[in-house]
Amino acid sequence: MQFDVLIEVRPRQGISDPEGATIERSLPTLGYDGVTSVRVGKAIRCTIEAEDEALAHAELEDLCARFLTNPVIEDAAISMQPQVER
Amino acid sequence: MTRRVGVVVFPGSNCEHDVVEAIRSLGGEAELLWHDEADLRGVDAVVVPGGFAHGDYLRPGAIARFSPVMTAVAELAASGGPVVGICNGFQVLTEAGLLPGALQKNAGLKFVCATVGLEVASTRSPLTSSCEPGAVLQVPVNHFEGSYTCDGRTLDALRADDRVVLRYVENPNGSLDDIAGICSEGRNVVGLMPHPERAIDPLLGSADGVPLLRSLLETAAVGA
Repeated sequence: MQFDVLIEVRPRQGISDPEGATIERSLPTLGYDGVTSVRVGKAIRCTIEAEDEALAHAELEDLCARFLTNPVIEDAAISMQPQVER
Repeated sequence: MTRRVGVVVFPGSNCEHDVVEAIRSLGGEAELLWHDEADLRGVDAVVVPGGFAHGDYLRPGAIARFSPVMTAVAELAASGGPVVGICNGFQVLTEAGLLPGALQKNAGLKFVCATVGLEVASTRSPLTSSCEPGAVLQVPVNHFEGSYTCDGRTLDALRADDRVVLRYVENPNGSLDDIAGICSEGRNVVGLMPHPERAIDPLLGSADGVPLLRSLLETAAVGA
């Protein structure tokens, strides 16, 4: 099966995020007073071929731990859905 | 006998020639090692220089650690050979797991380009062995992602084992515990954000990088 994957790489909880903090500080000037807790990460999209979703997930977890994140400062959220047959 | 220092070159490295020049000016031999070759050609020590290895894509050092040369660098490190990572090279060594912790974006998103004071916090490393303990050296920094961080247990271990090698006198980037440079458990792998190779002559504004690189050459001579 083919899956469409979205991997969200985020600064781990408790790790400072100067980019998010800088964006947040600029918000009141634009009138957005109620927007807080800004955190900046990155989104990585890909497709993966695997027998089922669990196997795909396991492979992506491994990929995130070994390459796509630095576990000292980042973690990842993986979401995926089966590609629709055409 | 003259000691040979290998300077690793990744696509995007940009401080390799400065390191070669600095090593030669101190009487050592230096040669460039292309990242795609897993052969260190028998050098006595390795420097991973600054720059933007592999464009810093994904994260600084994240892709460089998979370059074939890094297998050979890891072997040299495992056998006790001196390995020094400067700036982007420090980032590469943390990503490769040869040094603990990580380098984050600077506090306040500030790119720092300045000559800063560095306190020699430990002389038990190949980069500081011939420095005076507690000496303050003036060495340039030039980075955006140089704020050192690690978990509490790692920091405790670094402090307890005298593995913080250099500390900023005035912290320019938000580094944990003012850390500018650390060494590995075996002490032979050192990473630092400042650039000693850019401080080798008063004409450059400072010659305080000389005792650091001289330490490296002397350590290489002892180890061989």
